[in-house]
Amino acid sequence: MDENILEMRSITKTFPGVKALSDVSLAVRRGDVHAICGENGAGKSTLMKVLSGVYPAGSYDGEIVFDGQVCRFSGIRDSEHAGIAIIHQELALVPFLSIAENIFLGNERRGRAGLIDWNKANAEAAELLASVGLAENPLTPVGQLGVGKQQLVEIAKALSKDVKLLILDEPTAALNDTDSAHLLSLLRRLQQRGITSIMISHKLNEITAIADHTTVIRDGQTVETLDMSQPGVDQDRIIRGMVGRDLESYYPERESHPGEEVLRVEDWTVKHPSQDRLVVDHASFTVRAGEVVGIAGLMGAGRTELAMSIFGRSYGRDISGRIFMHGREVKARTVSEAIDRGIAYATEDRKKYGLNLIEDIRRNVSAAALGKLSRRGWVNGNEETRVAEDSRRDMNIKAPSVSSIVGKLSGGNQQKVVLSKWLFTDPEVLILDEPTRGIDVGAKYEIYTIINKLVAAGKAVVVISSELPELLGICDRIYTLSAGRITGELPVREATQESLMVLMTKEKELAA
Amino acid sequence: MTRTVGPEANQTPPEVADAPAVALHSGTSDLRGLFSRNLRQSGIYVAFLAIVVLFAILTSGTSLSPGNITNIVLQYSYVLVLAIGMVIVIIAGHIDLSVGSVVALTGAVSAVLVIRHGAPWWVGVLAAIAVGLAVGAWHGFWVAYVGIPAFIVTLAGMLLFRGLTLQVLDNVSLSPFPSEYGKVASGFLNGLIGGNGYDAFTLLIGVIAVAGYAVSGFRTRVARIRYKQPVESFPLFVARVVAVGLVVMAFAWQLAHARGLPIVLIILGVLVIAYGTITKRSVFGRQVYAIGGNLSAATLSGVKVRVVNFWIFVNMGFLSAVAGIIYSSRSNGAQPGAGNSFELDAIAAAFIGGAAVTGGVGTVVGAMVGGLLVAVMSNGMQLMGVDQSIQSVVKGLVLLLAVAFDVYNKRRGGNR
Repeated sequence: MDENILEMRSITKTFPGVKALSDVSLAVRRGDVHAICGENGAGKSTLMKVLSGVYPAGSYDGEIVFDGQVCRFSGIRDSEHAGIAIIHQELALVPFLSIAENIFLGNERRGRAGLIDWNKANAEAAELLASVGLAENPLTPVGQLGVGKQQLVEIAKALSKDVKLLILDEPTAALNDTDSAHLLSLLRRLQQRGITSIMISHKLNEITAIADHTTVIRDGQTVETLDMSQPGVDQDRIIRGMVGRDLESYYPERESHPGEEVLRVEDWTVKHPSQDRLVVDHASFTVRAGEVVGIAGLMGAGRTELAMSIFGRSYGRDISGRIFMHGREVKARTVSEAIDRGIAYATEDRKKYGLNLIEDIRRNVSAAALGKLSRRGWVNGNEETRVAEDSRRDMNIKAPSVSSIVGKLSGGNQQKVVLSKWLFTDPEVLILDEPTRGIDVGAKYEIYTIINKLVAAGKAVVVISSELPELLGICDRIYTLSAGRITGELPVREATQESLMVLMTKEKELAA
Repeated sequence: MTRTVGPEANQTPPEVADAPAVALHSGTSDLRGLFSRNLRQSGIYVAFLAIVVLFAILTSGTSLSPGNITNIVLQYSYVLVLAIGMVIVIIAGHIDLSVGSVVALTGAVSAVLVIRHGAPWWVGVLAAIAVGLAVGAWHGFWVAYVGIPAFIVTLAGMLLFRGLTLQVLDNVSLSPFPSEYGKVASGFLNGLIGGNGYDAFTLLIGVIAVAGYAVSGFRTRVARIRYKQPVESFPLFVARVVAVGLVVMAFAWQLAHARGLPIVLIILGVLVIAYGTITKRSVFGRQVYAIGGNLSAATLSGVKVRVVNFWIFVNMGFLSAVAGIIYSSRSNGAQPGAGNSFELDAIAAAFIGGAAVTGGVGTVVGAMVGGLLVAVMSNGMQLMGVDQSIQSVVKGLVLLLAVAFDVYNKRRGGNR
């Protein structure tokens, strides 16, 4: 038998306009727990999708050797058949079906006459549950279980298919500490049974605790594979690998003259809308006029949740904490109240939450401030067109006219429409959530320029971003967020990618 | 080191792919562009015209005779009234299955008060409207504030209000209404200023309508020019006014040579103009489109989604009551089974008129043309003596084709 259960050789995967993976190689030893880490968008998930056949053979270049055989998976069924199971961040269980039904979904235990033998299925399910350490009745509907237990059901499901290689994508991102610890010890037990695991994770303390090897991916390329048993390989070593690149993008220059404090948030605490855990945990921060403040955090750190809950309580429940504008406490219980108080929030998902894609530029630009264009409830359509024309010119929105349908514009131009919409509400604080996600370098530069103009005009801007170079390039001050808590605040001249990454991965128990 | 400055940082921002040159302020926009941009809307007009011509030929002109045109107006007015409310409901992404039952209930309440208790006709009218508003508020409450899908709420309403109708009427029909009440649907304004063999008043109203159209069109045009926006060339504008004027006057001419101006046509005209303006120009109308186009984006733009949804259903209740009054007046009484399947006619009118199943798209005028298309078609087939069963088949196919056309258009649009 080979020493390596899996070898991915020179994998290159291109999407229209983007090279997601470039000559990536990965070797995983039989019986290892192998961690993969890298920044958001580095290509980790893409690599796993190539491996599991989500992107079928032929849609990428390179070679996959699994268990001594060259594999060309044409779909997820092929890879499952070969013994590879992937457990995604968003769990793929049917909440209304029982644990046993979920475990054998698509892989039903047939008895005589092709009917499902439920006695056999439930008995087998009970065994599988015991092997993952979950003490639940197999007949319990999955929807009644917490996320941690659902994750275990997913693993049981994978075990039912005689899995040889288990891939877990951010398995502990949504788990509390106890559940995380339980999951990690389960991976150890599976390892003793000869099952190899690949774990994608941002949580470096978990990686150092459990992984035998760690592969670092950056910008779609393998940087290195670290042997975790070697001396000197610790969290700092991994962080150096994750961020150690030159800044190839560029940012327009700006002189910074922060003025008075505009927004102050104190002790902001938000509960998950359906689960019993805090998504934002006593977060406090301030923003001053003419200042760009960054919020850095890994996926699942609660960045968007923090912003949306401040913006008229659009996210979460049991929200507590106080918001001050210019030193006076304000209430922003609904979105329209938040807009009236001078807060604007440009979403990270502009297609889903930001734009009416079937309408034109004009109607999208006016959508959040129709009151300014109307008298006694009647909209002045000509004034509306004039406003949209002004935005099109000022923001350099590339479209034939303001009657162009927004859904047909490019990502960068759509983002400019979103910004136009919020600027037209005349806000004092703009919260921009991933303002440059999915747009090209040229458009990014334009967005940065717009941000600079805004702060020059005395606005306060908060930028949430996954790209640390971006934050370092445009912000005056950066807060780091980890597991819903503000773990640090650095002026940009003192911040480096390494120091931010240390704070972003700081866990609760270390934070004290 | 505060800023990382790349080599290009001092240059101008990366130059933009040259935007297509735009003839925006040229003062004219060509007819073909106008036509293809509004293909979905103009498609329905063309289809309507084709149906009118087709049945005029098939019935050797009978379908366009003065008496028949009056008939179409009287016979389908209540469906058109319902379609106005329904298209707004559909634009917001909902549906209302209960309107047929609400038509029956409002008519029944009015009939009980006026016929059984001898109340004056206007008491019946006001009571019907009050009931309609209450029903609308009931639906609005469940849809907007409790969050139950409108399909379920109004399906329940369809059963609920049909049952209440039976209760109110004690399961028997009531008739007849006093003659004043009957005027609402079958009354005419004629002879007010005389005319020999025709009604001069009807023609006068026609002239006023055309003049109003021309003046408002001209004012819009002037305002757009002031804001430096594209407008059609002046000859084209005149041609449009003349064309509309000819159609309206021909219509008025035919009415004037039958029984004059039907009162329900006045009611309908007022409603169409009012709701056409509300949907197009009011903040409320904009919010309806915003909710239907992208609910999440509308919510995050500060639209008070619940309030808007609530009033959409209150309005539907109001228009159902108006339709209930017209229908009870026309049938000169209230029947337990009144208004059966009206909801389907109204929904069909909205979809044939270009409303999108997914919400966010549709116009009041489109729904009117969609409703009239079905009306002209049904009426024409009746004149030809086509069997009821075939009529139903044809109507079903027209609805299917209209929505298929919509879906096809959207797919093509998406691939562009």
